[in-house]
Amino acid sequence: MHRTVLESEEFRRLVAGRWRVSLVLTLLLFVLYYGYIILIATNRQFVSRPVSGATTSRILIATGVIAGAWVLTAAYVVWANRYYDPAVARLRARAEQP
Amino acid sequence: MQTSLGTPTTSAIVSFLVIVALTLAVTYWAARRTRSTREFYAAGRSINPFQNGLALAGDYMSAASFLGIAGLVALRGYDGMIYATGWLVGWPALMFLIAEPLRNLGKFTFADVVAFRLRQVPVRVAAAFGGILTLLFYVLAQMVGAGNLITLMFGLRYEWAVLIVGAVMLAYVLFGGMIATTWVQIIKAILLLFGVTLLTLLVLSRFHFSPGELYAAVAARYGQAALEPGGLVSDPYDAISLGLALMFGLLGLPHILMRFYTVPDARAARSSVLYATGFIGYFYLIIPIVGFGASALVGREIIRKVDPGGNMAAPLIAELLGGTPFLGFIAAVAFATILAVVAGLTLAGASALSHDIFTHAIRKGHASEHEQIRVARLATVAFGIVAVLLGMLFKGQNVAFMVGLAFAVAASGNFPALLLSIVWARFNTAGAVSSIVTGALMAVVLIVLSPTIWVDLLHHPAAIFPLRNPAIVSMPVGFLTGIVASLITREPEAEARFHDEKLRTYLGIGAE
Repeated sequence: MHRTVLESEEFRRLVAGRWRVSLVLTLLLFVLYYGYIILIATNRQFVSRPVSGATTSRILIATGVIAGAWVLTAAYVVWANRYYDPAVARLRARAEQP
Repeated sequence: MQTSLGTPTTSAIVSFLVIVALTLAVTYWAARRTRSTREFYAAGRSINPFQNGLALAGDYMSAASFLGIAGLVALRGYDGMIYATGWLVGWPALMFLIAEPLRNLGKFTFADVVAFRLRQVPVRVAAAFGGILTLLFYVLAQMVGAGNLITLMFGLRYEWAVLIVGAVMLAYVLFGGMIATTWVQIIKAILLLFGVTLLTLLVLSRFHFSPGELYAAVAARYGQAALEPGGLVSDPYDAISLGLALMFGLLGLPHILMRFYTVPDARAARSSVLYATGFIGYFYLIIPIVGFGASALVGREIIRKVDPGGNMAAPLIAELLGGTPFLGFIAAVAFATILAVVAGLTLAGASALSHDIFTHAIRKGHASEHEQIRVARLATVAFGIVAVLLGMLFKGQNVAFMVGLAFAVAASGNFPALLLSIVWARFNTAGAVSSIVTGALMAVVLIVLSPTIWVDLLHHPAAIFPLRNPAIVSMPVGFLTGIVASLITREPEAEARFHDEKLRTYLGIGAE
């Protein structure tokens, strides 16, 4: 049964979907982190603006990068638990049929 | 401010002895459960995701990130925070790109994954080379750091400090294998998170629990510049290169990757990354508060006088706010941190030597359980002795760049081969071997030619390679070498096996 599962449309879509989600999230991570690095390296004025009191916007941005990285990780887990795992369970059941 | 740093106070010694006694008791318990290779290398795959999340966090939160980042923030303000964010962002990338396939394809080491459908001997040897090189740079930085920190905190002689670290961590790994190493990491992670949380609350209590007031106090004392980026990221290429090494280096660190085999399946591997990212993110969110607190309350002059690198910022603020007993506790936690990290590195080094080199390259996969365990223990002792010797040999040297080098080698040598082997059917033995060797050596050569070594250590007037961090060049070189070498050679068996491998990669069918 392995061969039919491997060649099935559902398996092909599972693998393609998994990498689509992964690459989109990786891209967002890149924008988040390297955007932050480039911003502080090139645009002093913007990041040095005090938001309230002595707290500059860049302190908030650094905090946001850490929080954002965690949110992206959580998003992947939610997606995988909700969509990936059920599809895996279906395909596994089919592959392990005698 | 008067400090008892550098004198062995009762509280420091008692805290330290309690931690060592507790971890050795755990090791004794674990030793009775460590009989097979599955238990020695992978804790019998019995660790749950929450525990593994803590253990991963424990492996990653080294003394460099605890004392080092607090010190960087204390002395250089905002620049230290850039490091804190960089250390975290590898975790989501690890999750998206390799965590689950790694768990499904491998058994004990990341070389299992790279060699899965390729020719075992050359790939195992190359992967062990890349892995051990990474671990040696990492363990060297840890050992020299350990010697210096323990001398500063306890007043112990450098050589004794290195020997004690070597002996205690060898006891963990040798007798308790992965089970003991995991639980030592968990204990250390909890102690560290607890200690730093308490320290943060003590700092904030001086500022009406308002971070804004803390920043205002720092700005009042050192000017608004303390809250602005300094020289660290003046060159965007260098900053991005550092970011690449930190982000993708994590995906090639053998001691981190090895932890994914301690959980039962891919789903558990996924959850453990989420827990780990949560713990580590929390740690890096609060550690700058400790650093800024030290800067505002202790003062940069005193921090610098005790240690020019700033590493004692966190212990000093702990003493100021919690007295000698709290300082003793924090010092003992820092010691435990070093022990646990070195133990994890040693276990990973031993598994590369015994599982990859001995069992697969020398014995072609035919070695009895008994023999494998014996060789694993011999390899543990060998790696431990090398770690202690490196620590002694590099006494007094500036080795801070070694951690960066370990990350650069991991990102350029181990990571490209690992990712390509998972995603690309045409990837073959020639590609894997050349990618690991070229990527790793490229990273080393470029660091030697960079300002870090060529100018700062060898005192040449100008660097041959302009960037301090090589990953922006060496990582693409690793990928390109792997791709080109695969394209100009053919390995039909490897391509044929890729198809079947997919059931295991994505569905976990046949996974260990």
